[in-house]
Amino acid sequence: METMQIEKTSRKGIVLFSEYVAGSAIRKAVKIGREEVLFELRDSKLKGRGGAGFPTSTKWMITAAASAPKKYIVCNADEGEPGTFKDRVLMMEHPEIVFDGMVIAGYTIGAKTGILYLRGEYYYMLEFLENHLSGMREKNLLGKNIIAKEGFDFDIQIRLGSGAYVCGEETALIESLEGHRGEPRNRPPYPVNTGFMGCPTVVNNVETLASVPHIIMKSGKWFSEYGTDKSTGSKLFSVSGDCENPGVYELPWGMTITEVLDIVGAKNTKAVQVGGASGICLSHAQFNRKLSYEDASTGGSIIVFNESRDILHILQNFMEFFVEESCGQCTPCRIGNVKLLEGVKKLRNGNYTFAEIRNLRELGQTMQVASKCGLGQSSPNAFLSILDNFSAEVFQYTSSDKHNGVNNE
Amino acid sequence: MNSKTESRAPVSQQALRVQQPFDSSQIGAMVTIEINEKKMQVPLGTTILEACAQNQVQIPTLCHHKDLCTAGVCRICVVEVDSMKTLQAACAFPITQQIKIKTSTEKVRKARRHIIDLLLSEHYGECYTCVRNKNCELRSLASEYGVDGFTFGHPEKRKHDIDKSSFSVMRDMDKCVLCRRCVRTCIDLQEVGVLEAVGRGDQTHITTFMGKPLSEVICINCGQCVNRCPTGALYTNDPSDDIWRAIDDKKKHVVIQTAPSPRAAICEEFGMAAGTSLTGELNTALRRIGFDRVFDTNFAADLTIMEEGTELLNRLKSVVVDKDTSVKLPQFTSCSPGWVKFIEHFYPEYLDHLSTAKSPQQMFGAVTKTFYAQEYNINPEDIVTVAVMPCSAKKFECNRPEMDSSGFKDVDYGLTTRELAKMIKEGGIFLPEMPKSGFDDPFGEASGAGLIFGATGGVMEAALRTAYELVTGREVPFEKLRIEACRGFEGIKQASVKLKNCVPDYTFLEGVDLKFIVAHGTANARQVMEMLKAGELNDVHFIEIMACPGGCLGGGGQPIPTSPEIRKKRAEAIYAEDESMTIRKSHENPRIKYIYEKFLTDGPCGHKSHKLLHTHYTKRGNFIV
Repeated sequence: METMQIEKTSRKGIVLFSEYVAGSAIRKAVKIGREEVLFELRDSKLKGRGGAGFPTSTKWMITAAASAPKKYIVCNADEGEPGTFKDRVLMMEHPEIVFDGMVIAGYTIGAKTGILYLRGEYYYMLEFLENHLSGMREKNLLGKNIIAKEGFDFDIQIRLGSGAYVCGEETALIESLEGHRGEPRNRPPYPVNTGFMGCPTVVNNVETLASVPHIIMKSGKWFSEYGTDKSTGSKLFSVSGDCENPGVYELPWGMTITEVLDIVGAKNTKAVQVGGASGICLSHAQFNRKLSYEDASTGGSIIVFNESRDILHILQNFMEFFVEESCGQCTPCRIGNVKLLEGVKKLRNGNYTFAEIRNLRELGQTMQVASKCGLGQSSPNAFLSILDNFSAEVFQYTSSDKHNGVNNE
Repeated sequence: MNSKTESRAPVSQQALRVQQPFDSSQIGAMVTIEINEKKMQVPLGTTILEACAQNQVQIPTLCHHKDLCTAGVCRICVVEVDSMKTLQAACAFPITQQIKIKTSTEKVRKARRHIIDLLLSEHYGECYTCVRNKNCELRSLASEYGVDGFTFGHPEKRKHDIDKSSFSVMRDMDKCVLCRRCVRTCIDLQEVGVLEAVGRGDQTHITTFMGKPLSEVICINCGQCVNRCPTGALYTNDPSDDIWRAIDDKKKHVVIQTAPSPRAAICEEFGMAAGTSLTGELNTALRRIGFDRVFDTNFAADLTIMEEGTELLNRLKSVVVDKDTSVKLPQFTSCSPGWVKFIEHFYPEYLDHLSTAKSPQQMFGAVTKTFYAQEYNINPEDIVTVAVMPCSAKKFECNRPEMDSSGFKDVDYGLTTRELAKMIKEGGIFLPEMPKSGFDDPFGEASGAGLIFGATGGVMEAALRTAYELVTGREVPFEKLRIEACRGFEGIKQASVKLKNCVPDYTFLEGVDLKFIVAHGTANARQVMEMLKAGELNDVHFIEIMACPGGCLGGGGQPIPTSPEIRKKRAEAIYAEDESMTIRKSHENPRIKYIYEKFLTDGPCGHKSHKLLHTHYTKRGNFIV
């Protein structure tokens, strides 16, 4: 295996990039006990950082309450959303908080096994992460009777994905872990009841788990003071595209897009894609929207486009991505994305009718509600938001006689 | 009686089941729900689809099938649930809390129409010429759910060639709607696993190992996938044009044999409810469309009982008296060609357990082109034998190279129930209105024992009626000869009969507890084979296995649709017909006595019958030949 030079930059941030001594939160968690850990988590109002925003404490409580001989904690490191690269930074620069978070989760819910599902493309991290786990085992932070606590057994395995975007969806991830074709399951039942190998399973994003040690050390109340009322704490944003300083930024929730654009040095910005390919595309008029679960929600991806970019070209790129990355299971997503892509191509060469586009818009709305999993439900977001927010540019290739009397906002 | 009926889905498919964190039936809990503003109570864990069906609310389905585990992939059954942001698939949503369901809101109707529009945009629907014309679930959905145009286009050209390589099953992937019923049938219901979804996104397709033609993979030809395909993507290899040609050819003497299951099911092809046998009507219809002789397969079933039953007694004697370790028990039945190919592929090391007796279809062909030709002075070269079977694997069976013991191809064509119905319609005949008539000599008389071959457990019951009587000299000790232990649709049935006061020839069986097992569906067959492998069946003597769920009456050539209820009706028709017969035991069939007197003069399992009525098998394993 190629050796990689790991260059640790010393990032500073309010939560995730703040001071932390490896292992300290595990000791404190054991000291305060399971209930207290859950209470702190509840007070923190921490929500899933992968994008869906499910309250982490609820997920843990359900799993902790389940009586099952085996439970699992799975760390979702299948960071596949286009434009997201924050988990990579977390795992390379602060593996201690990610793994400590998993150990605390294992302790709290009563799991003996943690699994890190690592994106196939992150194969180069494997050795580094395995070394870190070995170090933890040496320090008795993993293995049997962790920190000399009788019966506190927990260990972490790393499994590699094979490159399917859909395996970031938690039930598809579990299918993949079990060795099957990565396809989402029917929900309910949810993984907290019936997850990996049929056992209660918590699946958390890397960043969610990385927040936990800080919450344990500094209290849930401290965490909840950052951000907005419904989006507490900080968020890692992976900013890419047309700006001077792309990269990973830890910022409190609730900042406006304009503020972020200033920080990263973006000029002449035409559009911002919030939330990756499955997110929404905002135009200038909406740059005052706040990055938060309740307003412009994102799992971390922010892609900046300046005036030189062709919005339909961007959209076509996203749609091609979904046509390929749909798992192919359910009808709305498998065929719907193909039809949306055809529509984008028609828009680009001006060869369309408004009736067709109206049909596709309605199709997009159906896909949002009728698809089996989050992939299909979010894949039309870019299409719909670009049609709404960039209508002048989207319909520039049409001659007025194509309007057919259909009103186009 | 011991049965194992728990879920046998392989792990890869279990995820698609509606799972619950606990078994609610244990606590009998009920949940109050609202469907379209009407309150009702349903047992905890009921799916929305079941709840709606119980309350006369229609929900369209496509990927859902009563025989298969839940998939929730087509999304046609979506409904609104008040607590959820998105629509939920009714087939896959277990009710565990008080919810309000709306089944026909604007959102729901729009979504359903979109889904059908999308499916049509990928479905090469040449409906006029399609084998499933008027019996296509996609077409019904389109007409029932308001589709009035190809909103998202419609393919005008084929993308794939039709796979016509198999003797039995044809695959036209241009008509596939990726409901994956065939995948679930093959993997889960039958545990064969020839078909699987491959590729991602718009490249997703159903295919075989390495995309090989069906004839080059370990397909057992059971045709269960055909029975569950909602469109014309899967169908059987139809020989009716060749048969018409033979009928039209004045030189050819075309005989047809009809098996009991098609007779009990063909009514469904003419719009009648399941469960009426049209045996007499069928005989008339077949003559009217030009068959020269109409024979009863049950005659050959009786012959099978004589041969297979004798073989079993011989094996018992070799094991009990001669202590011959080369002779294997338990003996497996060999009437089901799907099962035969299954064991050849998956358990070739156990082929010695398989009875060497041919299936009734093949025995029939062999005696038709020898005994019948002789008796009636017809050149066997001019005889064309057609077999009406509920089965797609019979098409493969009659094409096996070893099936030529008459000196000719013993059975020329295997014709399914569906294909025969099509021929009858083409002949301008409405079957239910035909007058009744009987079968032709010399194979026109049969026993009820041969008839019940059509249902799972039937071969066993027929064999017991004869074997018990041969050994003890008395009738089987059951009211109206109903051996209930053999009947019913339990996956694996085990039972035993004690042999007492045996006649002098069979004193070596005195006091023996004759143990037998009946299984249907190859998933259950696999379980039996694993039990055999584990040494759990060392004391069992005879095992009947049918490849299809329910036995032949649920065969791959039977009318579509199929469901547990329909199969139950067909079984009832078969058992009722058995009880209406005067002869109920194979060995009492006068025609059977006659053929052993006149033709197979050295008796069952004698030299001549070995040549004509017995066969050998191929250790296939993972290979095709």
